[in-house]
Amino acid sequence: MTEPLLVATGIRRTFALPRTSLLGARAVRHAVDGVDLEVATGGSLGIVGESGSGKSTLVRILLGLDRATAGEVRFAGQPITPGPPRRLGWFRRQAQVVLQDPFGSLDPRMTVASIVREPLVCLDIDEDHDARIDEVLVAVGLDTDVRSRYPHEFSGGQQQRIAIARAIAPRPTILFGDEPVSSLDVSVRVQILDLLRRLADEYALSLVLVSHDLGVVRYLCDDVMVLRDGKVVERGPTAAVFDAPADDYTVALLRAVPRLPALEGN
Amino acid sequence: MSALLEVEDLTVELGGRAVVDHVSWQLEVGGRLGIIGESGSGKTMSVLAIVGLAPDHAVISGSVRLDGAELLGRPDRELAALRGDQVAMVFQDPRAALNPLMRVGKQISEPLRVHQRASRRAAATAAIELCGRVGLPEPERTVRAYPHQLSGGQRQRVGIAMALACRPELLIADEPTTALDVTVQAGVMALLRELVAEEGTALVFISHDVALVAGVVKSVIVMRDGRIVERGSAADIVRSPEHEYTRQLLDAARRTST
Repeated sequence: MTEPLLVATGIRRTFALPRTSLLGARAVRHAVDGVDLEVATGGSLGIVGESGSGKSTLVRILLGLDRATAGEVRFAGQPITPGPPRRLGWFRRQAQVVLQDPFGSLDPRMTVASIVREPLVCLDIDEDHDARIDEVLVAVGLDTDVRSRYPHEFSGGQQQRIAIARAIAPRPTILFGDEPVSSLDVSVRVQILDLLRRLADEYALSLVLVSHDLGVVRYLCDDVMVLRDGKVVERGPTAAVFDAPADDYTVALLRAVPRLPALEGN
Repeated sequence: MSALLEVEDLTVELGGRAVVDHVSWQLEVGGRLGIIGESGSGKTMSVLAIVGLAPDHAVISGSVRLDGAELLGRPDRELAALRGDQVAMVFQDPRAALNPLMRVGKQISEPLRVHQRASRRAAATAAIELCGRVGLPEPERTVRAYPHQLSGGQRQRVGIAMALACRPELLIADEPTTALDVTVQAGVMALLRELVAEEGTALVFISHDVALVAGVVKSVIVMRDGRIVERGSAADIVRSPEHEYTRQLLDAARRTST
């Protein structure tokens, strides 16, 4: 049996806390405390947790942006550890990320075309860059004549489309999203989620989605894991976990979400 | 039923563009109104104009009457005397709303010192009592903490304590839980509901989250591009929205719900 695309085993990450006394040893905080996970090719995993649960630290480790205190991340059989940019180049072509705040993740002084071109250049992608830029802009639902415009000229939802275009430009096999729709309005949120779902289908992309929003994870992910204080408290197929949560914390999380009554006639 | 706040034909123009466009609504004493809208709908700008906190270059017209007295056009001194006393606000980002250099106890009791000329000692006692009321742990110790020593949820509780210090007639909460985790949000919402019910404070609750608003208010207005597109009871609007835009909002919220 072949190994799943992304495998993480026994991931731990500790941070030393500030000294509280002159001579005493520094206390440590376990941000991620023994997490295992697998994502199959074309699979989608949602990582759910509240602030401080360690979900963003975990993603940084999965992306090779932070070194785990213990444990191992393997992508397509190869170990992922932080190092010189060149060494992980092959991985960067495969794994791309979409972040929470689209405006903060786009250089305000670059045009849309140069933003989307950047990964193609930096990762030495061997194809017609201009054609690829047009292709991905259309794929995310933008006009090709936005190429010469700047990020501030766009709404939040469109900015996130640009960020997604940049992410898919190098033809990655896995896409990481860290709260990719949290800063967007509800109606725009659905559009972006639909877009991500369509792209994942079209390009057979695997997805790893980090969110505090359970609804977003349910919408996009086949599997879910619930993280609390760096530990996995529950995991399984999304529908099963959300419909019949086994852990008290998952129950509390689900109960805390405000709900709308059903529409009349439904 | 007597009206506490009457907003009539309120228009706010920024750089020649009407961001709030002839908006009218009323709130009776002790009433609870929700304003639903997405970014740019004018929901925040309309309440800022009401309490005199709109940007200086905003051109405001219409009428806003609190207890029958016109607020628009009043000098800022008079409005400042009103804010934090009769009308209080809870803002979205508690970190930005609190002074990082001032102990939270002092911030909570500041309205009492300013508006009611409370003595230092009375203010300090009141701060401890208010901390207890909003469910902050160990009130005697918490009043001596600085904002950065508290969690996001605790900071928002401080914001609520501060807003309630002078027992306002009207509390305006602008997306008070957007920056918080869901479980923390549930706690803060329960607190708001309880306090408003106990004190009989009128509430204007602003949010883009329809489900959240519907859980706390009786009537709702839905805003888009500075205008009210629909109004009615919260229960009716979530069950059978009339306007296409409300329908879309609800549909989007339902599709991404758990």
